[in-house]
Amino acid sequence: MAAKVAEHTPGRKIFSSKIATTVVWAITILWTIPTMGLFVTSFKTDKYILGEAWWNSLLHPHFTFANYHNVLLGDGTESLSTGVLPYFINSIVITIPATIFPIVIATMAAYALAWINFRGSDFLFFAIFALQIVPLQMSLVPLLSLFTGGAHIGSIPVFPALGIAGDFAGIWLPHTMFALPLAIYLLHNFIAGLPRDLMEAAHVDGANHFMVFRRIVLPLAVPGIASIAIFQFLWVWNDLLVALTFASGTEEVAPLNSKLASLVGQYGSGYTQLSAGAFITIAIPLIVFFSLQRYFVRGLLAGSVK
Amino acid sequence: MPKFASAITSIVVFFTFLGILFAIAGRVNGKKSRPIALAIFLLPALVLILAGLVIPAFRTILFSFMNPDSNAWVGIANYKWMVADPNVKIIMINTILWIIVVPLFTAGLGLLLAIMLDRTKHESIPKSLLFMPMAISFVGASIIFKFVYEYQEPDEVQIGLLSTIVKFFGATPKDWMLSKPLNTFLLMIIYVWTQMGFGMVILSAAIKAVPSEIVEASALDGAHGWRLFRNITFPMVKGTFIVVLATGVVGALKVFDIVRTMTGGNFGTNVLANEMYSQVFVQFDQGKGSALAVILFLLVTPILIYNIRSLRRERTH
Repeated sequence: MAAKVAEHTPGRKIFSSKIATTVVWAITILWTIPTMGLFVTSFKTDKYILGEAWWNSLLHPHFTFANYHNVLLGDGTESLSTGVLPYFINSIVITIPATIFPIVIATMAAYALAWINFRGSDFLFFAIFALQIVPLQMSLVPLLSLFTGGAHIGSIPVFPALGIAGDFAGIWLPHTMFALPLAIYLLHNFIAGLPRDLMEAAHVDGANHFMVFRRIVLPLAVPGIASIAIFQFLWVWNDLLVALTFASGTEEVAPLNSKLASLVGQYGSGYTQLSAGAFITIAIPLIVFFSLQRYFVRGLLAGSVK
Repeated sequence: MPKFASAITSIVVFFTFLGILFAIAGRVNGKKSRPIALAIFLLPALVLILAGLVIPAFRTILFSFMNPDSNAWVGIANYKWMVADPNVKIIMINTILWIIVVPLFTAGLGLLLAIMLDRTKHESIPKSLLFMPMAISFVGASIIFKFVYEYQEPDEVQIGLLSTIVKFFGATPKDWMLSKPLNTFLLMIIYVWTQMGFGMVILSAAIKAVPSEIVEASALDGAHGWRLFRNITFPMVKGTFIVVLATGVVGALKVFDIVRTMTGGNFGTNVLANEMYSQVFVQFDQGKGSALAVILFLLVTPILIYNIRSLRRERTH
């Protein structure tokens, strides 16, 4: 039907813009309602959490900040004795280094692959490119056993136990390792596209690779680096698998997302905790998303449009 | 706060170390300077990738032929278990459903919206709202949908959107997470909800990149509507559409968080990635878990080969 309407409109139109606008907005509202529901629910009082649907609560509001207070600082129940604030701090402590380390190491490697000629650079680039879609599951078990027990051939130790399991370093390291292939590939796309004349002129002037990297490549690659850093930040913040595997579920190191996952499955009053806890968890990614959306889209396009 | 201190210290140590390395290596002149630069730029990444991904992947393959504690060989027993076990059969069927249905919907809906956004005034507002769920974790999205799929006993007030809508149309709401096979599709909706924006954004960019001269010329030749789309627009964005489909397949294969959060893999909703985790960390059977990981890897290899081929083609141009 839409196509029929379009036949009377000139140019590149497939749907008339009125129909398209209506459908787009309808889907947009449909897409936004679930998040709205969580947001409203997170302010409902215990008394109404099960007795009244959230859209009805909007009509005669009796909202409270108590859920947020209880979830952040603890409400004395067994599952939330101390609240999620320590986990929130863990998330920050995990995410920032686990974003900086891989991005710096990947930028260096991408520069080497793009601008230092050596035999086998093409092979390495293809290998790294291929590795980016290998499932994490292929590495989890041996990597964890490396952290806890070292590596042995037969009974001969070839690598000592790192002793970082259950420590922040034990989460930064796997995140750094797992992020490298995709980050190197994307950053290579940015860095290989920098003007060749600029690099050659610098080398003629006597600059070595370290100077070129610091004074030319880094400043010019900042937009690319920023967009990939945002991705990595969101990836680590939102990760569950690496957190469950490498951080024990304790208050000491476990991030917010894994704490939230452990809150699921409680009924009744647990719903106030769950909704407020969920909103606290998604707040930071949403702030990052809305304030840096342009970089986010650029990072997405860098990897995908071929 | 000691936790913040440890993060800041690590970052400072990391950059100080790099700075010193750069300063020393930068002083080396002559023939050795290039290999040294190469080593400093490339080796950290290579060592981490080898130690973190390549060697563990090979060890996982070995573990898949070993017992639960990975200290004795068991031949292909773990693979035989997979073929024989009725639960694994359900897991395989579900996983295949995920990798067929989810990519079709994320890419298809993404394409539809990308086309319509091109005809919408002020497209940036709906675009960013449709795109927003991508920033939300699968755990967060699962909790959002837990409230959408919430079910109460028939005599109580329904607070879930789905139950309310079903009731509005005169049908009886059910405990959705227990209703096979509908529950698996309800879990897929969560995935599509978060990831559709990815396809939409990159397909939208691809559509805008189609030169308007081509579109106008074919419009003058009488191509409109569906024909214009099928003969002109779609062929030009086909490559991007395939990339979105492939990304969807890989993502759907690895889905773990949603199933774990919503059902724990119960009620006939289990998938490969979740079973792999349960075998290793709940059943403490590294052998079976590793064999499941190997199957996951085998399922992504066709896409891996396709990706390498298209990158090679692109590089020769």
